[in-house]
Amino acid sequence: MTPSIRLSGAEVRRGGRTLWSGLDLDVAPGEFVTVLGPNGSGKTTLLMVLLGLLGLSAGTCEVGGRPPRRGSPTVGYVPQQKNLDPLTPLRGRDLVGLGLDGHRFGPAFRHRAERARRVREALLQVDALDWADAPVGALSGGEQQRLRIAQALVGDPGLLLADEPLLSLDLARQRTVVELIERRRREHGTAVVFVTHELNPVLPVTDRVLYLVDGQFRIGTPDEVMTSETLSELYRTDVEVVRVRDRILVVGAEDRLVPTGGHP
Amino acid sequence: MTSTLDLLSLDFVRNALIAGVVLAVLSGLLGPLVVGRGMAFSVHGTAELAFAGGAGALLVFGTDAVGWGALVGAVLVALVFGALGQAQRERDAVIGVLLSFGLGLGVLFQSLYTGRSANKFGLLVGQIVGVDVGDVLALTVVGVVVLVVLTVVHRPLLFASLDPDMAAARGVPVRALSIVFAVLLGVTVALGVQIVGALLVLCLLITPAAAAARLTASPTVATVLAVVFAEVAVLGGILISLVAGLPISPFVASIAFAIYLVCRVVGAVRARWGRVAVATG
Repeated sequence: MTPSIRLSGAEVRRGGRTLWSGLDLDVAPGEFVTVLGPNGSGKTTLLMVLLGLLGLSAGTCEVGGRPPRRGSPTVGYVPQQKNLDPLTPLRGRDLVGLGLDGHRFGPAFRHRAERARRVREALLQVDALDWADAPVGALSGGEQQRLRIAQALVGDPGLLLADEPLLSLDLARQRTVVELIERRRREHGTAVVFVTHELNPVLPVTDRVLYLVDGQFRIGTPDEVMTSETLSELYRTDVEVVRVRDRILVVGAEDRLVPTGGHP
Repeated sequence: MTSTLDLLSLDFVRNALIAGVVLAVLSGLLGPLVVGRGMAFSVHGTAELAFAGGAGALLVFGTDAVGWGALVGAVLVALVFGALGQAQRERDAVIGVLLSFGLGLGVLFQSLYTGRSANKFGLLVGQIVGVDVGDVLALTVVGVVVLVVLTVVHRPLLFASLDPDMAAARGVPVRALSIVFAVLLGVTVALGVQIVGALLVLCLLITPAAAAARLTASPTVATVLAVVFAEVAVLGGILISLVAGLPISPFVASIAFAIYLVCRVVGAVRARWGRVAVATG
C-alpha cells in the first residue's frame, strides 16, 4: 500500500540555516503522527513542504505516491484557530466550499449540485449543518474551528495536516476538535500530521511522535520518544519527563527554549 | 412625465444611461470584494489620483485626453496600493500620503487650466451629459474586459480576500491576485470618476456593497444585491439630475445612502426577530 507520506533524506534550509536534515519518515494511511518541538524548529515548515508550498533543499518527498502539489484536494489543512473578522461576508457553507475549489480559476458554473452535496457532507461530518447558513464571523471560536475541519475534509483528503488547531480553544472545544479529526481517521483511513505544543490532548490518539529540536529529531511511539533520556539528548540539557495519570509532563525543556511570557 | 420621455429620446441621455448601467455593474461586482478586503480608503485614494491624472491630461492634452489621464493616474496608484501589505496602519498612512498629494496636484492642474470651467468641475462632481458615443464604446469595451478577468479570477480572489492565510496554504497566489484586483479597481474608479466624479466614486463602490452586506452573508447574493443597488442609484441619479438640471452626484449619493439606511434597518429588525442574517457589529 502506498504510504500517505514518504520523506527520505529530507532537508530544508531557510535563510541560510538548516532547519532539519536527513529526515526519513513514512506515514501509513490512517496513521496519526504528532509533531512536537519548540518554536522555530521547523514544524510548520514541514507542513509547508507537504502542502507543496516549499521545496526541499535535499532528499525527496512524496504525498500519496506523488510529489506534493499546491492546492491538491487530497491534502486537507486545518490552521491555527484565529477568529475571522466579525463582518466577514461568508456563511459557513461558503467557507467550506472555498476549501473545495477556492483555489481554482475560471467560472464557477459547473458541477453546482455535486459541489453542494460535498459541502453538505463535510458539514455533516463535523455536525455543523445547523449553523451552516450563519455568517462565519458571528460564530464562536470552537464553531469556526469545526468549519475549518469541514473545510479541510471537503476535498475528501487522504492526508490531513493540522497546524496548532487547538491553540486558544478551551478544553472542551479541544476535545471536540480532536474527536472530529480522530473520527475522520477511523472512518476514512485518513493519515494525520498534527503539529502542536501540547501533546496531552492528542496523546490517546497519537501513533507516533516526531519531536524536532534545533535540527535534531526523534521519531517513535510516545512511549519511546517521551522519556527523560531521549528528550535530554535532544535538548542537550537535563529534561525530566513525568507521567501523571494519563498525562505526560515535560519539565525543563520548554523553560529553556521559550522565554517566559513569550509566544505560546 | 412627457418631459422625462422626451429626455430619454435624446442621444446624450441614452449615452449617459448606458454608461451608467456599465459603471454600476462593475461597481456592484467589485464592491463586495472592496468591502471584504477593507479597501474603502484605497478606493478614495485611487479616485483622487484619477482626478489628478484627469486634470493633468486636461491641462496638457485637452478634453479628449481626460479619460486616459484618469485611467493612468488610477491604475498607477492602484498598483502601489495593491503591492502594499495587509498591515492596516501602514496601508492607511501610505494611502493618506498619496491621496493628499494627488488632490494637491489635481487642484494645481485645474488652477492652471484656462478652458471651460464645466470641464474642470466634471472630474470632481461628475459630468454625465459629457458622455459621447466614443466614451460609451470605450467604457463598454473596458467593462467587458474587466468582466472577463473577474470571471476568471473570482473564486481565488474571493478566497484570498476573505480568508487569506488559508488561501495561501491552498496555493492561491494571494499577492498576485491583490495586484490584479488593484488594476480592476483602478480601471473602474477611473471610469467612475468621469461619470459621478472623484468625490463620489465611493458611493458606487462602497455604499451598495455595504448595504448588501447588511442583508446577507452569502457572497453571491451580496454581489447580486450590490449590482441592483448600484443600478438603482446611478440610473435614478441620472434621471433626477436631468429633470432637475443639477449635477448627478448628489442624487446618486442620496439614493445610495437611502438604500443603505433601509438595509441597516431591515438587517437590524431581522436580527432582533432571531433570523440569522448578518453579524451585528
